[in-house]
Amino acid sequence: MNCLKPIRFTGAILFTAILGVVFAAAFPATASAQDVPDLGPKPHVVIKPMESHIGNVTGHAAAAKSDYRRYCAGCHGDYGDSNGENAVWLDPKPRDFTIATFKCRSTPTGTLPTDEDIFNTIARGLTNSNMPVWSTFTKQQRADLVAYIKIFSPRWEKEKSGEPIKIPAEPPVTMESISHGKALFTKLECWKCHGPHGEGDGPSAATLTDSKDNPIRPYNFAAGKGDSRFKCGNTNQDVYKIFMTGLDGTPMPSFADVIQPNDAWDLVHFLRTLQVDRHSKENEVLSAAHGVIPPYVDRNPPPAAAPPADNKPPGGAN
Amino acid sequence: MRMWAQSHLYQKPQRLNSVLAAAFALIFLILSASQSASALPAFARKYGLRCSACHESWPMLNYFGQKFKDNGYQLMNERDAPIWQNASYWPVTFRITPIWHRFSTGKVPIDNFSGTGQTEQRVTSSGFDLSGLDFHTGGTLEKNFSFYVLPSSNNAASFHFETVMARLDNIFGSPWLNVKFGKFELDNLLSEKRILTLTANGGIYQLYHFIPQGDANIFGQIGDNQLGVEVMGHSFNDRTRYSASLLSTNNGQVGLPYGSQSYTGFFTASQAFDTGKLGVQRLGFYAIVGQAATTYLTSGGNVVPGSGTNNKGFSREGFVGQFYFGQHFDVQVVTQHGSDSAWFGQGYGDFPDNSSTAVCNAQGPTPGSTIQQPCNNVPGTQLVAGSRNPTWNGVLIEPHYVYSPQLIFLARYETIRMSQQSTPGTRSNLGNIDTYTVGYRYNPFMTSRAGFAWHNEFNLFHQVGTSALSGTNINTSEVLTGFDFDF
Repeated sequence: MNCLKPIRFTGAILFTAILGVVFAAAFPATASAQDVPDLGPKPHVVIKPMESHIGNVTGHAAAAKSDYRRYCAGCHGDYGDSNGENAVWLDPKPRDFTIATFKCRSTPTGTLPTDEDIFNTIARGLTNSNMPVWSTFTKQQRADLVAYIKIFSPRWEKEKSGEPIKIPAEPPVTMESISHGKALFTKLECWKCHGPHGEGDGPSAATLTDSKDNPIRPYNFAAGKGDSRFKCGNTNQDVYKIFMTGLDGTPMPSFADVIQPNDAWDLVHFLRTLQVDRHSKENEVLSAAHGVIPPYVDRNPPPAAAPPADNKPPGGAN
Repeated sequence: MRMWAQSHLYQKPQRLNSVLAAAFALIFLILSASQSASALPAFARKYGLRCSACHESWPMLNYFGQKFKDNGYQLMNERDAPIWQNASYWPVTFRITPIWHRFSTGKVPIDNFSGTGQTEQRVTSSGFDLSGLDFHTGGTLEKNFSFYVLPSSNNAASFHFETVMARLDNIFGSPWLNVKFGKFELDNLLSEKRILTLTANGGIYQLYHFIPQGDANIFGQIGDNQLGVEVMGHSFNDRTRYSASLLSTNNGQVGLPYGSQSYTGFFTASQAFDTGKLGVQRLGFYAIVGQAATTYLTSGGNVVPGSGTNNKGFSREGFVGQFYFGQHFDVQVVTQHGSDSAWFGQGYGDFPDNSSTAVCNAQGPTPGSTIQQPCNNVPGTQLVAGSRNPTWNGVLIEPHYVYSPQLIFLARYETIRMSQQSTPGTRSNLGNIDTYTVGYRYNPFMTSRAGFAWHNEFNLFHQVGTSALSGTNINTSEVLTGFDFDF
């Protein structure tokens, strides 16, 4: 049996240790000089004991500290203020958790979202942004992250989440429904931002900004081909919710006080026809009519603002 | 225990104390020096994500990074196509590692001073050195068309193509169907190409390259990139994934130097499970089953490339487990059972890499006799009576403690045990391997398109009965420290 000769690597370890001491001692000074030149060390994030509740899963903010740093802070910032080191390169800008304003909610405009709203947003990602689909997380990880982002705004301590809106059953997709939706698209001036064909090129599109004065583009329904998704989900119910809750922090308002539920469903059906490459019931109905949406006959026309004469109204075959 | 009882560390406790004190001081300084991770490597810059989003510790992928890779280096959003990149963006990364390395090998045959005979002796060398240079470039050519090209050199700047592949992603709009073509890394869940260790013996997974003593089958090395086509698929969230590859049996070597009708299949499947606070656990299996030529035509004593025939079989199969215990601790496990045809076990197979004078054992003219003949396996050759398929079993266990995305401590234990030798009468444990590796990688910063790790590692390698003269065990130890960086 040949035993290993005594290993003479204590010198190597010492060499390594000395190198490491020099290295580790020298580096923080360099980093401080680069990262915080005048203001001294950054304050630590105080992790409040926030919780989230999604089904039978309870999330705890403290448990998400590492995951937030690993996955989120690069864009949303260590302090949740959307000032991560990557934020400057991103368009649209990442969400600022310190103001607790969220686009994708099931709750009325101006209210806090439910825990589940944020939970679902993390898993779904946000189309047309740099927010990926974080479907690799466990439910517990996502629930912990939902709790974690609450530490950044005092709103979560002062207010409760809004009550989720009720979504009535979806009526059948008919040409009349689509036609009415198209009329509403004109009447509500959706086309001013989204463009006459829903391509995000309306006359106001170039002037839009979000609540932090960052430029923002309206959704282009025609983009994305067959896999096109809406920002807050992909079902007709998700689109309905957007009408009725609005996308807080953006120019997209809530129409809950303006239109009736059935009107909203008609609008959903019309918008689906703007997703020209998407296979949908709405496009089937439209195809059956040879791609022509007949004018909607409004038997009780309410007063509505007409589009300016110099802007083209939506129309034509889809 | 006796080994350590004889060591300097045991005999001089005061010295041990000073070493430990220095080590603890070093660890304390490192921990206190950890900065917020901020990284934009080549892919991350495109998407605006930190390196840590995809890497448990660079270059090892985490679950999100594996999903990104499985999607063809796409996040599957509307910004995957190159049109979203800045026109000046070039998805390229250079990686190289200047190191200080101490290598100590026992039982090296050394010529005697008298000029006659040899004596076994330990040889220890140390000094500053370099790794080779890797030149990674990859990404998307268009939505759902991805590629990867990796010219790689040894430390003398002699280049070869480590990876050259193009991939059709999400065929028919389904993540279950992706096709890769070219030279690529096999779909090993525990990727050797993304290994966190760098020493000669610890920088590879022994299990991925094991060849029994006297065996000439070089073709079952699942750690080497191979030429072929791969069909791969996965569920939307990557919890379920599979792959099947058809490969040329040439160990990734270009030019068709071996048998023209020799192919190998590599298959994997795995399933991940959400286990709440523990994380996502994954269990899977892999199998490589192939045939390689054992007979070659020669011309003037030299092998005619591509003339190999008389295929014989080989296989390796095992389980893979990725077990997470919260956000900081995980254990990676791979098992293997391997088997080669007795022909390989007797030295036939990789003849083109041998000289024309290489000889193999064969059945002699009289029963029970053995002769030696050229390894090109001339017609009529019979194996030595009683020759058997060499078989073995092995396992590797690699725990990680991830203090933060910037600092990871790692260890690995690998063991391979022969269960059957090819030649009857051979000592049963000849070629058995045990290897231990410990180390850590500290990333003091991660900046745009760059990664930097201060790497420290110690490896101990033990193989039974393979010293050249005495046939006794060989022990090799390595210490390595270096700056592993890419930019």
